[in-house]
Amino acid sequence: MNLTDAKKKDMYLKLWRARLFEQSVNEMFMRGEIKGTTHLSVGQEGAAVGVIAAIQEDDLIMSCHRGHSHCIAKNADLRQMMSELIGRRTGFCKGLGGSMHVVDIGSGNYGANGIIGPAIAIATGIALALKKDGSGKIIADFFGDGTSNTGNFHESLNIAALWKLPIVYICENNQYGMSTSVKNCVSVQNIADRASAYGIPGIVCDGNDVLAIIDVVEEAAQRARSGQGPTLIELKTYRWLGHSKSDRCAYRTREEEAEWKAKCPILRFGAQMLQSGFTQAELDQLKQQAEEEVQDAVVYALKQGTLSIEEARELIFA
Amino acid sequence: MSVITFLQAVSDALREEMRLDEKVFLLGEDMGVYGGCFGVTRGFLDEFGPDRVMDTPITENSFSNIAVGAAMAGYRPVVEYMFSDFILVAFDAIANQAAKQRFMLGGQVQIPVVFRTPAGSGTGAAAQHSQSLEALLCHIPGLKVVMPSTPYDAKGLLKSAIRDNNPVAFFEHKLGYAVKGEVPEEEYLIPIGKADIKRTGKDVTIISYSYTIHKCLEAANMLEKDGIDAEVLDLRTLYPLDKEAIIESVKKTGRVLITHEAVQKFGVGAEVASIIADSEAFFHLDRPIRRFGGEDIPIPYTPELERLVVPQADTIYAAVKELMR
Repeated sequence: MNLTDAKKKDMYLKLWRARLFEQSVNEMFMRGEIKGTTHLSVGQEGAAVGVIAAIQEDDLIMSCHRGHSHCIAKNADLRQMMSELIGRRTGFCKGLGGSMHVVDIGSGNYGANGIIGPAIAIATGIALALKKDGSGKIIADFFGDGTSNTGNFHESLNIAALWKLPIVYICENNQYGMSTSVKNCVSVQNIADRASAYGIPGIVCDGNDVLAIIDVVEEAAQRARSGQGPTLIELKTYRWLGHSKSDRCAYRTREEEAEWKAKCPILRFGAQMLQSGFTQAELDQLKQQAEEEVQDAVVYALKQGTLSIEEARELIFA
Repeated sequence: MSVITFLQAVSDALREEMRLDEKVFLLGEDMGVYGGCFGVTRGFLDEFGPDRVMDTPITENSFSNIAVGAAMAGYRPVVEYMFSDFILVAFDAIANQAAKQRFMLGGQVQIPVVFRTPAGSGTGAAAQHSQSLEALLCHIPGLKVVMPSTPYDAKGLLKSAIRDNNPVAFFEHKLGYAVKGEVPEEEYLIPIGKADIKRTGKDVTIISYSYTIHKCLEAANMLEKDGIDAEVLDLRTLYPLDKEAIIESVKKTGRVLITHEAVQKFGVGAEVASIIADSEAFFHLDRPIRRFGGEDIPIPYTPELERLVVPQADTIYAAVKELMR
């Protein structure tokens, strides 16, 4: 894909928005300003930004429990996102969903699920609707390595392949399902190898290389859009922080973490931008902008009120 | 008016709604050429084609989630499970996804999906193909549950369920498919959430739903010969439940038997009993509220035993007689 300078800047801005948003969430969690649980995507921002840069603005995505970066990459308003995370009425889900369900349907983001597996089938159903519509739109479905072991994954890939649905399955392999290493729960070398069981292309890609991601997703999106059916793309990446807030990462070494942190997707894309002529000052300015936006979102969200129980009851049924 | 079977009524409701709204489509196993496990969709493939009568692989959980996704994206899928026992395979899709997505997303989406399925015992299909699992679904916030007894109710309620913007579970009793009844030629709808008095009486209220209603009516005829005038109240919809109709009938008669084929423990009968006990109807009771549900046992294949573990007309009759002593 030929990326314009404006698009590259937008991507760089989103990468930092995602990183800084997550860091802010982490701190707010420690301070007790965010309750429940939260699954942070620090280290995986490249997957979200790369995939979404490769599809059209009006294409859809399905996110997952580790979904903040997807939401940001799909142009979600940070004030509404942060409001959702602290349970305020100004949140995308009016504060009823929280971290695990923060999505903006208006931007084409169709869900973030608290159960591992079903979202892949729901995304497949949305792809069916897109095909029925004849809209030419596709859906990019984000899920993790853990999902690839569920029945929903295998059932959905089979159906999507049979019905030639306009969907691109994006497996962010961050190496661990909570504490369980993919080495201990995936029977094949690469999750992408599973595509062959369904007669669809399976592609392994460096999940921390935004530009490489764009190339493979663009081709898969084209395939989906032209009625040739799904592709399974495995993005190899790493979550820098624990699975959720109570995780001390006893199942992996500090050396392994350091090794992956050296492959930071943001630094990598930044270096590529410098090579293509951007200045460090321009990059710093974008990072600064992201910082200010995240800070603004926090200040805004903390001032908002909650839904009443009467208002919440009204939302059970349409 | 024409006289048709319950099965025909379900089929007619589906066909009419599919003709009226191209967003309605069917999803399930063997619905096309085969015409559905019990023949409800026979002929549909010819009229509507494979894009609207969609045969799925054996994937109850995933095809239910697929229906949820299609519903979120503007369609009105009607899912068929061959037997209601299979909803347990799809329970995550029904209870965690369909029932909750709208609420969790703060009302950003609607989930207009119908999960329809043949339920109940009496066909010698043993313990995994004979259950009545409605209470499980009634327990989940965000689901509506419909369980009609007559062709007239089935047609009107299924059409309402398809037009409803929420997930609706729709149970059809396998023995009930053969029940015949009058259905108007012209179009009609029956609102979800309204009970119906199937027989007016003054001495005792028998509350039930689905196929058991016909056993209750038979029992009421037997009771009439003994000089007992029984009212038979058909709940039709289990959620939302028509509390007013329950309370009014019990206030009138002062005696009540709640009976259903589903296992009695933790069931619909317990809910209805507590509604009566918590209401002004309590002060009109001449006898304690009586429940008579299915026995706490998996449905036996053994034909002689199968009929013993769920209420029958003669045992309902006996239970009411006991209540009238």
